[in-house]
Amino acid sequence: MFHIEDKVRHIVCPYCGCLCDDILVELTDGRISGVENACTLGAHKFLDDADNRLKGPIMRKGDQWVDISYEEAIAYAVQTLSEADRPLLYGWSGCVTETQAIGAHLAELIGGVVDSTTSVCHGPSILAIQEVGHPGCTLGQVKNRADTIIYWGSNPIEAHPRHLSRYTNYADAYFLHNAFRERKVIVFDVRKTATSEIASEFVQLEQGGDYHVLSALRAIVRGREDVVPDMVAGVPKSQLIRVAEMCKKAKFGALFFGVGVTMTGGKYKNIRNAIEFVDELNRHTKWTISPMRGHSNVYGSNEVFTWITGYPYAVDYARGIAFYNPGETTAVDILARKEADAALIMASDPGAHFPRTCCEHLAKIPTILFDPYPSATTHLCTVQIPCAVNGIDAAGTAYRMDGIPIRTRKFLETGYPTDTSLMHEIYEQIRERKEHV
Amino acid sequence: MSELLIKNAYVIDPLQGIHGDIMDISIRDGRIVDKVSGSCEVIDAAGNLTLPGGIDSHTHVCGTKVNFGRYMSPEDMRAGRTPRRGAMYPTSGYTVPTTYGNSYRYSKMGYTTLLEGAMAPMEARHTHEEFAATPMQDMLANTLFDGNWSLFEAVGDKDIRQAAAVIGWTLAAVKGFGIKLTNPGGTEAWGFGEDLASIDEEVPNWDITPREIIDTTIRACELLHLPHSVHLHCNNLGMPGNYRTTLETLDIPGDMNPDRQTLYLTHVQFHSYGGNTWGDIKSEAEKISDSINNKPQVVIDMGQVMFGRTMTMTADGPMEFRLYTLHHNKWSNHDVELETGSGIIPVYYSRKSSVNSIMWAIGLELALLVKNPWQCMLTTDNPNGAPFVKYPEIIGLLMSNKYRSKELSQVHKLTTDRTSLGSIDRELSFEEIAVMTRAGQAKALGIINQGKGHFREDALADIAIYPVKPDQTDPSLQYEEVIGAFQQTLYTLKDGVVVSRDGEVITGVANRTFWSKANLPEDMDVLKSPRFVEKFSRFYSVDLENYLVQDEYVQRGVAMNTGVNS
Ligand code: SF4
Repeated sequence: MFHIEDKVRHIVCPYCGCLCDDILVELTDGRISGVENACTLGAHKFLDDADNRLKGPIMRKGDQWVDISYEEAIAYAVQTLSEADRPLLYGWSGCVTETQAIGAHLAELIGGVVDSTTSVCHGPSILAIQEVGHPGCTLGQVKNRADTIIYWGSNPIEAHPRHLSRYTNYADAYFLHNAFRERKVIVFDVRKTATSEIASEFVQLEQGGDYHVLSALRAIVRGREDVVPDMVAGVPKSQLIRVAEMCKKAKFGALFFGVGVTMTGGKYKNIRNAIEFVDELNRHTKWTISPMRGHSNVYGSNEVFTWITGYPYAVDYARGIAFYNPGETTAVDILARKEADAALIMASDPGAHFPRTCCEHLAKIPTILFDPYPSATTHLCTVQIPCAVNGIDAAGTAYRMDGIPIRTRKFLETGYPTDTSLMHEIYEQIRERKEHV
Repeated sequence: MSELLIKNAYVIDPLQGIHGDIMDISIRDGRIVDKVSGSCEVIDAAGNLTLPGGIDSHTHVCGTKVNFGRYMSPEDMRAGRTPRRGAMYPTSGYTVPTTYGNSYRYSKMGYTTLLEGAMAPMEARHTHEEFAATPMQDMLANTLFDGNWSLFEAVGDKDIRQAAAVIGWTLAAVKGFGIKLTNPGGTEAWGFGEDLASIDEEVPNWDITPREIIDTTIRACELLHLPHSVHLHCNNLGMPGNYRTTLETLDIPGDMNPDRQTLYLTHVQFHSYGGNTWGDIKSEAEKISDSINNKPQVVIDMGQVMFGRTMTMTADGPMEFRLYTLHHNKWSNHDVELETGSGIIPVYYSRKSSVNSIMWAIGLELALLVKNPWQCMLTTDNPNGAPFVKYPEIIGLLMSNKYRSKELSQVHKLTTDRTSLGSIDRELSFEEIAVMTRAGQAKALGIINQGKGHFREDALADIAIYPVKPDQTDPSLQYEEVIGAFQQTLYTLKDGVVVSRDGEVITGVANRTFWSKANLPEDMDVLKSPRFVEKFSRFYSVDLENYLVQDEYVQRGVAMNTGVNS
């Protein structure tokens, strides 16, 4: 039998915030048959794609799903969102900024709330940044210069598998002759992880001890080790002094932190302390700090919401101006208060991540889900609309965890409409409806 | 075909030598024409001041660091919120407004063209995405080369042609307009936490100096015939005593271009400080302006400071860190691999502070002591010295000695001793202001031929009609009226369409992005250089193929073709 085989290069992996852009995809008869350079997570995203897609839009009728057309799905969305008093537009981390921008404008048009998955991952990091700023850099700066790397509350080997090989420990460095040998990795975590196994220094702290340990390190770097007790949150003072010395001796240090610090006791105060630790180190040598953003384009949602609304997430347009108050205008809070009377969920899966009360409320109200694949949220929604997958059969802008904007590539023609075109259609129809009222 | 006639306009068009004549302006399909038919739509300008659309030749409105300024400052977003009104989206922000906020406010003030002062090539897509959301102005992006490794290699090899090849390729690759150098060499040194103290200090690890970077880049820019000259943010910004560095820098270029300057120095106020410490800082604006007055090859912009809250943001990472150690305010930094750096901190300029008051005075001194207005553009380095909405007040200060004296009496008393402002009685004319806010920019940026900055036949019909009748107004005394007039046009037209009227944006027209497309001979194809390509395969964190900015990002791009003489 004759097969048409093809290889496409420089594909951007749409899975995690590393946004690796060196993926090679092999196609056989228009199907993905092989993936090179990606990690397992990324490879599965590509390889499992075709088998998992929903064929077309579906609508819940009683306890049955019925197939509907895209026109019907759009008409439902238009009607539901125009008639809602407190619509919630949530998700956005897996779609392109072009779609996110329409989401922000749509929220304004209907007086709704637009929030991204940020509010359940790095929302606290942003609050800390809004208090004290963010000394960061692009990942290539770390790759070329860093001799000391800290992963704090983050296990990249499992969550961002190529972070170490592309950007830190195993990556080629311009300024280090033998980068792998010369680099030191320090891991702070409450338990042993795959990443702590490869660390040159593993600091195991007690659950919830991040703030204490960071405070102790700051004191030591400031020359006040006298105020530090012998043990801090399970860590011996001697180890903290050793680590602080390593940090000060670094020529270029980079601290990466994950949801292990943002979502434990202390939350944004932990991050604030970590940033101020890095500020302090900059008086001695060069250090940067960066959040390990999870979803491929969650950072894009923060960027695009900011230039349109002024705020990175949790924006409420109920009063006609952009209003931002995380804890009040965040999706989880609005659902927990049972305020939302309709929801649009774009390219994310709150059904798998939200507290039970929030999910129950989502199941009660009309919920429109845009997702190519069935997910936990499918069980909660009224209508699900599959669209082309960003990075496979749709292209657009995504922001890497360090703010580098990359254009994902479309390499398959499947016939699915893009979420950008569907959102555009919904926006225009609602706008026309408004004009005729 | 759409036609429009503006009648009874008090026109100042310095590029055409029109010095305030009452005349009619005819517009067809977005361009200035000789005549329109009798039946077309008419706007009666009623003798009000009518100028070509304003051009800001140095502002920070779009891109990574501007957006980070917003992102980290909900307090600033709350300080300037407007709801949707008609065609206007809601806006947020005062010192760093959202893109629509910037765009509407500039439009109200009659601005139709903006040059974003600093775009890191690697983050160009971001700038272009925000350009698309800044609908009321045509946009240009100065592109950062201050820490560009491929350029450094060419500088080290003393190879001007190679430098031109790198610059030409990069501008086309990222759809950039001109060359920006920010603290050349210093941003690279900041990669390891260092900075450079003089233009003759070696860049760590690179065996080259800022002087060599500046000189080579200027020559490469001229070899490429780029529309704009090298646009330089000097080394040592904001340091007492830095005027020496600035004077040395001013001496670098000869006069190499008959059509425009050879070097554009930006926000020179921040580079004109004498003294040795913050305690004895004083103005050296006289020495700086003397030098400029003797160098037709140089154009500057003011970088005026105005009192109040604002946000500083620059590619000059080490400078922002120094500022942080002074203010202990929140500090952000963002180094960009192989290219440049950046930093942000909010500041409050107080008239009770001697340093801030002296800074305020220096900007005004420069604008008044530089004799030729074509050599000094009116800017605040928005938002670094102040948000651009303060431009009308600056115009008032420059046009009225009375207003200036009144303000001078309100600032820190050391200002009178440490600056010459009190002894200057020059008052600028409407024509000089027109030069410093549009005609001079059009010339300095090299966009006269794109139909910007004048009303010649076939020019773009970008027009600002301000509610002031120059022949019936004495700005020296009626400065408040003048300020009010420049805050809000009667009409702003872009491409022949009334886009804003009495302070309300009423519609938009699709904006353009001007970018430079260097057509280079084969021997200047950098992609044939293994050393160049290796940067991408080994040291950049994105593939070369994904670095190139796709056409999707400049859907209304205007490619300005340039190239080397063969
Ligand atoms: S590290 Fe992330 S972006 Fe890279 S291949 Fe794996 S899942 Fe994809």
